[in-house]
Amino acid sequence: MRRTAATGIALLALLAPAPAAFAQDCPQTTLGDIEDEVMCPVCGTPLGLATEAPQAQRERDYIQSLIDDCRSKDEIKQALVAQFGEEVLALPGDEGDDDLGDVLVYVIPALGILLAAGGIAFAVVRWRGAGPRGGGPAPAGAADSSRVDTDMERYDL
Amino acid sequence: MRRVLSPVPVAILCVVLALVALLAYGLSQNEPDRSVEDALARGELEQAPALELPKLSGGGEGSLADYRGEVVVLNFWASWCEPCREESPLLQRWHKRMAGRGGTVLGVDVLDVTSDAQDFIDEYGLTYPMLKDKAGDALEGFGVVAYPETFVIDRDGRIRAVRRGPVDEAFMRTEVAPLLEET
Repeated sequence: MRRTAATGIALLALLAPAPAAFAQDCPQTTLGDIEDEVMCPVCGTPLGLATEAPQAQRERDYIQSLIDDCRSKDEIKQALVAQFGEEVLALPGDEGDDDLGDVLVYVIPALGILLAAGGIAFAVVRWRGAGPRGGGPAPAGAADSSRVDTDMERYDL
Repeated sequence: MRRVLSPVPVAILCVVLALVALLAYGLSQNEPDRSVEDALARGELEQAPALELPKLSGGGEGSLADYRGEVVVLNFWASWCEPCREESPLLQRWHKRMAGRGGTVLGVDVLDVTSDAQDFIDEYGLTYPMLKDKAGDALEGFGVVAYPETFVIDRDGRIRAVRRGPVDEAFMRTEVAPLLEET
Protein backbone atom coordinates (compact mmCIF):
# COMPACT_ATOMS: atom_id res chain seq x y z
CA MET A 1 0.00 0.00 0.00
CA ARG A 2 2.75 2.40 0.99
CA ARG A 3 4.69 1.49 -2.14
CA THR A 4 1.67 2.23 -4.35
CA ALA A 5 1.21 5.63 -2.72
CA ALA A 6 4.89 6.41 -3.18
CA THR A 7 4.71 5.39 -6.84
CA GLY A 8 1.64 7.60 -7.28
CA ILE A 9 3.37 10.60 -5.72
CA ALA A 10 6.43 10.04 -7.91
CA LEU A 11 4.27 9.91 -11.02
CA LEU A 12 2.49 13.13 -10.02
CA ALA A 13 5.82 14.82 -9.45
CA LEU A 14 6.91 13.80 -12.94
CA LEU A 15 3.71 14.99 -14.58
CA ALA A 16 3.34 18.26 -12.68
CA PRO A 17 5.87 20.33 -14.64
CA ALA A 18 4.39 19.29 -17.97
CA PRO A 19 1.51 21.83 -18.08
CA ALA A 20 3.86 24.63 -17.02
CA ALA A 21 6.30 23.75 -19.79
CA PHE A 22 3.41 23.57 -22.24
CA ALA A 23 2.19 26.99 -21.15
CA GLN A 24 5.65 28.43 -21.66
CA ASP A 25 5.68 27.20 -25.27
CA CYS A 26 2.31 28.79 -25.94
CA PRO A 27 2.54 32.38 -27.33
CA GLN A 28 1.23 34.96 -24.89
CA THR A 29 -1.60 36.09 -27.16
CA THR A 30 -4.78 37.55 -25.72
CA LEU A 31 -8.14 38.27 -27.24
CA GLY A 32 -7.92 41.93 -26.23
CA ASP A 33 -4.57 42.24 -27.95
CA ILE A 34 -5.96 41.01 -31.27
CA GLU A 35 -9.35 42.73 -31.02
CA ASP A 36 -7.72 46.13 -31.51
CA GLU A 37 -5.92 45.08 -34.67
CA VAL A 38 -8.68 43.39 -36.62
CA MET A 39 -12.03 44.51 -37.95
CA CYS A 40 -15.52 43.21 -37.46
CA PRO A 41 -16.30 43.02 -41.21
CA VAL A 42 -20.06 43.29 -40.82
CA CYS A 43 -19.98 46.14 -38.30
CA GLY A 44 -17.32 48.08 -40.21
CA THR A 45 -15.53 48.92 -36.95
CA PRO A 46 -12.52 47.47 -35.15
CA LEU A 47 -13.58 44.32 -33.35
CA GLY A 48 -12.76 45.89 -29.99
CA LEU A 49 -15.49 48.50 -30.55
CA ALA A 50 -18.13 46.06 -31.80
CA THR A 51 -19.79 44.99 -28.59
CA GLU A 52 -23.14 43.36 -29.26
CA ALA A 53 -23.10 42.31 -32.90
CA PRO A 54 -23.54 38.54 -33.25
CA GLN A 55 -20.93 38.37 -36.01
CA ALA A 56 -18.46 40.12 -33.73
CA GLN A 57 -19.17 37.63 -30.99
CA ARG A 58 -18.60 34.71 -33.38
CA GLU A 59 -15.36 36.28 -34.55
CA ARG A 60 -14.22 36.60 -30.92
CA ASP A 61 -15.11 32.96 -30.26
CA TYR A 62 -13.13 31.96 -33.33
CA ILE A 63 -10.10 33.99 -32.21
CA GLN A 64 -10.36 32.54 -28.71
CA SER A 65 -10.42 29.01 -30.13
CA LEU A 66 -7.20 29.80 -32.03
CA ILE A 67 -5.63 31.25 -28.89
CA ASP A 68 -6.59 28.07 -27.05
CA ASP A 69 -4.81 26.16 -29.83
CA CYS A 70 -1.64 28.09 -28.95
CA ARG A 71 -1.55 30.04 -32.22
CA SER A 72 0.59 33.15 -32.37
CA LYS A 73 -0.83 36.58 -33.15
CA ASP A 74 0.43 36.46 -36.74
CA GLU A 75 -1.01 32.99 -37.26
CA ILE A 76 -4.36 34.13 -35.92
CA LYS A 77 -4.37 37.13 -38.24
CA GLN A 78 -3.55 34.88 -41.18
CA ALA A 79 -6.41 32.57 -40.21
CA LEU A 80 -8.76 35.55 -40.05
CA VAL A 81 -7.63 36.71 -43.50
CA ALA A 82 -8.33 33.21 -44.83
CA GLN A 83 -11.85 33.44 -43.44
CA PHE A 84 -12.76 37.07 -44.10
CA GLY A 85 -10.22 38.45 -46.59
CA GLU A 86 -7.61 41.20 -46.23
CA GLU A 87 -10.22 43.73 -45.13
CA VAL A 88 -10.33 42.09 -41.71
CA LEU A 89 -6.94 43.62 -40.87
CA ALA A 90 -7.37 46.97 -39.16
CA LEU A 91 -3.78 48.20 -39.26
CA PRO A 92 -2.28 49.51 -42.50
CA GLY A 93 0.73 47.44 -43.52
CA ASP A 94 -0.56 44.27 -41.89
CA GLU A 95 -1.06 42.76 -45.34
CA GLY A 96 2.72 42.61 -45.62
CA ASP A 97 2.95 44.17 -49.07
CA ASP A 98 4.47 47.44 -47.75
CA ASP A 99 3.02 49.56 -50.52
CA LEU A 100 3.02 53.35 -50.68
CA GLY A 101 -0.57 53.54 -49.45
CA ASP A 102 0.42 52.07 -46.09
CA VAL A 103 2.92 54.90 -45.59
CA LEU A 104 0.60 57.61 -46.87
CA VAL A 105 -2.15 56.58 -44.50
CA TYR A 106 0.06 57.76 -41.64
CA VAL A 107 1.79 60.66 -43.41
CA ILE A 108 -1.29 62.42 -44.80
CA PRO A 109 -3.13 62.85 -41.46
CA ALA A 110 0.11 64.05 -39.83
CA LEU A 111 0.60 66.60 -42.62
CA GLY A 112 -3.03 67.64 -42.31
CA ILE A 113 -2.66 68.24 -38.58
CA LEU A 114 0.54 70.23 -39.10
CA LEU A 115 -1.03 72.37 -41.83
CA ALA A 116 -4.15 72.99 -39.75
CA ALA A 117 -2.09 73.96 -36.69
CA GLY A 118 0.05 76.28 -38.84
CA GLY A 119 -3.04 77.83 -40.40
CA ILE A 120 -4.67 78.47 -37.06
CA ALA A 121 -1.48 79.95 -35.62
CA PHE A 122 -1.12 82.23 -38.67
CA ALA A 123 -4.75 83.33 -38.40
CA VAL A 124 -4.42 84.09 -34.68
CA VAL A 125 -1.25 86.13 -35.22
CA ARG A 126 -2.88 88.13 -38.00
CA TRP A 127 -6.05 88.65 -36.01
CA ARG A 128 -4.18 90.00 -32.98
CA GLY A 129 -2.04 92.18 -35.22
CA ALA A 130 -5.13 93.69 -36.84
CA GLY A 131 -6.34 95.38 -33.62
CA PRO A 132 -7.07 99.12 -33.31
CA ARG A 133 -4.30 101.19 -34.82
CA GLY A 134 -2.55 104.15 -33.24
CA GLY A 135 -1.55 102.48 -29.99
CA GLY A 136 -4.70 102.97 -27.93
CA PRO A 137 -7.46 105.51 -27.37
CA ALA A 138 -6.97 109.11 -28.47
CA PRO A 139 -6.14 111.52 -25.63
CA ALA A 140 -9.08 113.38 -24.20
CA GLY A 141 -9.45 116.98 -25.24
CA ALA A 142 -9.50 119.97 -22.85
CA ALA A 143 -13.27 120.17 -22.95
CA ASP A 144 -13.60 116.52 -21.98
CA SER A 145 -11.15 116.91 -19.09
CA SER A 146 -13.00 119.94 -17.83
CA ARG A 147 -16.33 118.07 -17.97
CA VAL A 148 -14.91 115.12 -16.05
CA ASP A 149 -13.54 117.45 -13.37
CA THR A 150 -16.95 119.12 -13.04
CA ASP A 151 -18.70 115.75 -12.73
CA MET A 152 -16.27 114.54 -10.08
CA GLU A 153 -16.78 117.68 -8.04
CA ARG A 154 -20.53 117.30 -8.33
CA TYR A 155 -20.45 113.76 -7.00
CA ASP A 156 -17.85 114.60 -4.42
CA LEU A 157 -15.50 111.87 -5.54
CA MET B 1 -16.92 101.96 -44.03
CA ARG B 2 -16.39 98.37 -45.07
CA ARG B 3 -15.99 95.98 -42.16
CA VAL B 4 -13.37 93.28 -42.63
CA LEU B 5 -14.21 89.91 -41.07
CA SER B 6 -11.50 88.58 -38.78
CA PRO B 7 -9.92 85.35 -40.08
CA VAL B 8 -10.43 83.16 -37.00
CA PRO B 9 -14.25 83.12 -37.03
CA VAL B 10 -14.12 82.65 -40.81
CA ALA B 11 -11.74 79.69 -40.38
CA ILE B 12 -13.96 78.15 -37.69
CA LEU B 13 -17.02 78.63 -39.89
CA CYS B 14 -15.22 76.94 -42.80
CA VAL B 15 -14.23 73.99 -40.61
CA VAL B 16 -17.81 73.59 -39.32
CA LEU B 17 -19.19 73.76 -42.87
CA ALA B 18 -16.63 71.20 -44.03
CA LEU B 19 -17.60 68.85 -41.20
CA VAL B 20 -21.30 69.22 -42.00
CA ALA B 21 -20.58 68.51 -45.68
CA LEU B 22 -18.53 65.46 -44.70
CA LEU B 23 -21.35 64.20 -42.49
CA ALA B 24 -23.89 64.67 -45.29
CA TYR B 25 -21.63 62.85 -47.73
CA GLY B 26 -21.16 59.96 -45.27
CA LEU B 27 -24.89 59.67 -44.72
CA SER B 28 -25.58 59.67 -48.45
CA GLN B 29 -22.96 56.97 -49.01
CA ASN B 30 -24.56 54.76 -46.35
CA GLU B 31 -27.91 54.78 -48.04
CA PRO B 32 -28.59 51.21 -49.18
CA ASP B 33 -28.76 50.61 -52.91
CA ARG B 34 -32.37 49.89 -53.77
CA SER B 35 -32.04 50.00 -57.55
CA VAL B 36 -33.36 46.44 -57.85
CA GLU B 37 -36.60 47.32 -56.06
CA ASP B 38 -36.87 50.55 -58.04
CA ALA B 39 -36.54 48.66 -61.32
CA LEU B 40 -39.12 46.08 -60.24
CA ALA B 41 -41.50 48.85 -59.20
CA ARG B 42 -41.17 50.35 -62.69
CA GLY B 43 -41.94 46.96 -64.17
CA GLU B 44 -38.42 46.58 -65.54
CA LEU B 45 -36.56 43.31 -65.28
CA GLU B 46 -32.83 43.76 -64.78
CA GLN B 47 -30.15 41.16 -65.29
CA ALA B 48 -28.76 39.86 -62.03
CA PRO B 49 -25.18 41.03 -61.42
CA ALA B 50 -22.48 38.51 -62.24
CA LEU B 51 -21.58 36.37 -59.27
CA GLU B 52 -18.55 34.10 -59.14
CA LEU B 53 -17.28 32.84 -55.80
CA PRO B 54 -15.47 29.85 -54.28
CA LYS B 55 -17.62 26.91 -53.32
CA LEU B 56 -18.09 26.73 -49.56
CA SER B 57 -17.04 23.10 -49.48
CA GLY B 58 -13.87 23.90 -51.45
CA GLY B 59 -13.14 22.45 -54.87
CA GLY B 60 -13.17 25.45 -57.14
CA GLU B 61 -15.44 28.25 -58.07
CA GLY B 62 -19.15 28.42 -58.69
CA SER B 63 -21.15 31.12 -60.40
CA LEU B 64 -24.67 32.27 -60.98
CA ALA B 65 -24.09 31.75 -64.70
CA ASP B 66 -23.76 28.00 -64.04
CA TYR B 67 -27.51 27.97 -63.39
CA ARG B 68 -28.63 29.87 -66.48
CA GLY B 69 -31.82 28.25 -67.71
CA GLU B 70 -32.92 27.45 -64.17
CA VAL B 71 -34.98 29.40 -61.66
CA VAL B 72 -32.55 30.40 -58.91
CA VAL B 73 -33.48 31.42 -55.40
CA LEU B 74 -30.29 33.24 -54.44
CA ASN B 75 -30.05 33.46 -50.67
CA PHE B 76 -27.41 35.51 -48.79
CA TRP B 77 -26.96 34.17 -45.27
CA ALA B 78 -24.50 33.64 -42.41
CA SER B 79 -24.33 31.19 -39.54
CA TRP B 80 -24.36 33.99 -36.94
CA CYS B 81 -27.58 35.41 -38.38
CA GLU B 82 -30.56 34.38 -36.25
CA PRO B 83 -33.31 35.06 -38.85
CA CYS B 84 -31.37 32.80 -41.25
CA ARG B 85 -32.14 29.89 -38.93
CA GLU B 86 -35.82 30.66 -39.23
CA GLU B 87 -35.91 30.38 -43.02
CA SER B 88 -33.40 27.59 -43.65
CA PRO B 89 -35.84 24.64 -43.29
CA LEU B 90 -38.23 26.39 -45.70
CA LEU B 91 -35.48 26.98 -48.26
CA GLN B 92 -34.43 23.34 -48.05
CA ARG B 93 -38.04 22.23 -48.56
CA TRP B 94 -38.38 24.49 -51.61
CA HIS B 95 -35.07 23.34 -53.00
CA LYS B 96 -36.44 19.80 -53.04
CA ARG B 97 -39.69 20.99 -54.62
CA MET B 98 -37.83 22.86 -57.35
CA ALA B 99 -35.17 20.26 -58.03
CA GLY B 100 -37.20 18.28 -60.55
CA ARG B 101 -38.65 21.38 -62.19
CA GLY B 102 -35.59 23.28 -63.29
CA GLY B 103 -34.99 25.29 -60.17
CA THR B 104 -32.56 25.50 -57.28
CA VAL B 105 -31.73 27.41 -54.18
CA LEU B 106 -28.22 28.83 -54.26
CA GLY B 107 -26.81 29.89 -50.91
CA VAL B 108 -24.09 32.48 -50.45
CA ASP B 109 -22.46 32.34 -47.04
CA VAL B 110 -21.22 35.83 -46.25
CA LEU B 111 -18.51 37.07 -43.84
CA ASP B 112 -18.54 33.85 -41.90
CA VAL B 113 -16.21 31.29 -40.41
CA THR B 114 -16.32 28.26 -42.71
CA SER B 115 -16.52 25.68 -39.92
CA ASP B 116 -19.46 27.57 -38.37
CA ALA B 117 -21.20 27.62 -41.75
CA GLN B 118 -20.59 23.91 -42.19
CA ASP B 119 -22.07 23.22 -38.74
CA PHE B 120 -25.12 25.29 -39.69
CA ILE B 121 -25.54 23.32 -42.93
CA ASP B 122 -25.27 20.02 -41.08
CA GLU B 123 -27.70 21.16 -38.39
CA TYR B 124 -30.42 21.99 -40.92
CA GLY B 125 -29.52 19.28 -43.43
CA LEU B 126 -29.13 21.76 -46.28
CA THR B 127 -28.34 20.09 -49.58
CA TYR B 128 -28.46 23.02 -51.98
CA PRO B 129 -25.24 24.42 -53.46
CA MET B 130 -23.35 26.92 -51.37
CA LEU B 131 -20.80 29.57 -52.27
CA LYS B 132 -18.59 31.49 -49.84
CA ASP B 133 -18.24 35.25 -50.03
CA LYS B 134 -15.60 35.70 -47.37
CA ALA B 135 -15.11 39.46 -47.73
CA GLY B 136 -18.63 40.38 -48.80
CA ASP B 137 -17.53 41.33 -52.33
CA ALA B 138 -20.83 40.31 -53.92
CA LEU B 139 -23.01 42.32 -51.55
CA GLU B 140 -22.68 45.69 -53.26
CA GLY B 141 -23.91 44.50 -56.63
CA PHE B 142 -27.12 43.20 -55.09
CA GLY B 143 -27.47 46.01 -52.56
CA VAL B 144 -27.36 43.56 -49.66
CA VAL B 145 -27.06 45.33 -46.32
CA ALA B 146 -28.58 42.83 -43.89
CA TYR B 147 -29.10 39.10 -43.62
CA PRO B 148 -30.83 37.14 -44.87
CA GLU B 149 -31.70 38.60 -48.24
CA THR B 150 -33.11 36.60 -51.12
CA PHE B 151 -33.32 37.27 -54.86
CA VAL B 152 -35.52 35.27 -57.21
CA ILE B 153 -33.87 34.98 -60.62
CA ASP B 154 -35.67 33.66 -63.67
CA ARG B 155 -34.39 31.30 -66.36
CA ASP B 156 -33.01 34.24 -68.35
CA GLY B 157 -30.94 35.50 -65.43
CA ARG B 158 -33.23 38.43 -64.60
CA ILE B 159 -34.19 39.43 -61.06
CA ARG B 160 -37.91 38.91 -60.60
CA ALA B 161 -38.36 39.45 -56.85
CA VAL B 162 -36.46 40.48 -53.75
CA ARG B 163 -37.00 39.80 -50.07
CA ARG B 164 -34.96 41.79 -47.58
CA GLY B 165 -35.36 39.59 -44.52
CA PRO B 166 -36.38 35.96 -44.09
CA VAL B 167 -38.56 34.41 -46.78
CA ASP B 168 -41.81 32.70 -45.92
CA GLU B 169 -44.12 30.23 -47.60
CA ALA B 170 -46.32 32.97 -49.05
CA PHE B 171 -43.36 34.70 -50.72
CA MET B 172 -42.13 31.45 -52.24
CA ARG B 173 -45.59 30.53 -53.54
CA THR B 174 -46.20 33.97 -54.99
CA GLU B 175 -42.79 34.74 -56.43
CA VAL B 176 -41.11 31.41 -57.15
CA ALA B 177 -43.83 28.90 -58.03
CA PRO B 178 -45.08 30.81 -61.13
CA LEU B 179 -41.57 31.03 -62.55
CA LEU B 180 -41.24 27.26 -62.45
CA GLU B 181 -44.14 27.08 -64.91
CA GLU B 182 -42.36 29.38 -67.37
CA THR B 183 -40.25 27.73 -70.01
